Amino acid sequence: MIDVEALSCQELVELVTDYLEGALDERDIRAFERHLAGCDGCTEYVEQLRVTIRLVGTITPDDLTPAAEAALVQAFRGWRRSTS
Amino acid sequence: MPLSAGKPRWYVRRVTVAEDELVAALRAGDEGAFRTVVREWNSSLLRVARIFTPSQAVAEEVVQETWLRVLGALDRFEGRSSLKTWVFRILVNTAKTRAQREGRTIPFSALQDAARVPEAAVDPSRFLPDDHPVHPGGWAVPPRSLPEERLLAAETRSVVAAAIEALPANQRAVISLRDVEGWSSDEVRNALELSEVNQRVLLHRARARVRQALEDYLAEDRA
Repeated sequence: MIDVEALSCQELVELVTDYLEGALDERDIRAFERHLAGCDGCTEYVEQLRVTIRLVGTITPDDLTPAAEAALVQAFRGWRRSTS
Repeated sequence: MPLSAGKPRWYVRRVTVAEDELVAALRAGDEGAFRTVVREWNSSLLRVARIFTPSQAVAEEVVQETWLRVLGALDRFEGRSSLKTWVFRILVNTAKTRAQREGRTIPFSALQDAARVPEAAVDPSRFLPDDHPVHPGGWAVPPRSLPEERLLAAETRSVVAAAIEALPANQRAVISLRDVEGWSSDEVRNALELSEVNQRVLLHRARARVRQALEDYLAEDRA
């Protein structure tokens, strides 16, 4: 049964990144995990945040446009000449 | 040797050596090394520049200017921070200087004050009120499970990419560095001069918004 004194669902969803980053103290970790053990909604929320992190990790970073890269390489050659 | 101490130490040393080599190659005028690092950091540099710039075009100019400054100062780089941290610090300074020159004010909350402005990870209307007799602050509309088979579809990925693009610039920068580029929280904190708490707040808000976009998209068909 839900303990009114314990962490609410609305509070728990704010702590998920702290939990995953290892930023909670032992007491809070226990409260967090005890809540999860009895709450399907929050278990699903945490799972979805994990899925989100995994999907974000599959995004490919934007490539440099050839024009921008060419301009930088030009600058690099200019710098090399000026220092040698 | 204690088992736990072995791997991290080796890892740190390996990275340091690779970076020494990179710095030496750049100083020696190795164009291939320059191309590699410019390509590898470009996306991150742009995302960070966007925190301080009004448009993508200005962000691109700031990145260009940053590389020129990096080359100009390379001989003075002493390796007290990592090269990456050093380059990103130069980027942030370049972007701020430019904003000042153009008379733009950088929002006070851009990086340091994120935690002071509240933002809920989940719409408060999805929870029961605080005075609910049985379950105060409990789920009224809990998240439904996401259809596993659609998670890896290319279209789902483009929804995630669009959700990241739609984030406020500071959240976008932090989630891009952490979850797209795989930086550690320390690297992000050092490069952006963010407190530990602010880094986590921005990361959590970004992840929460992207999760919401994912839920909205995947729930559409079932409604």
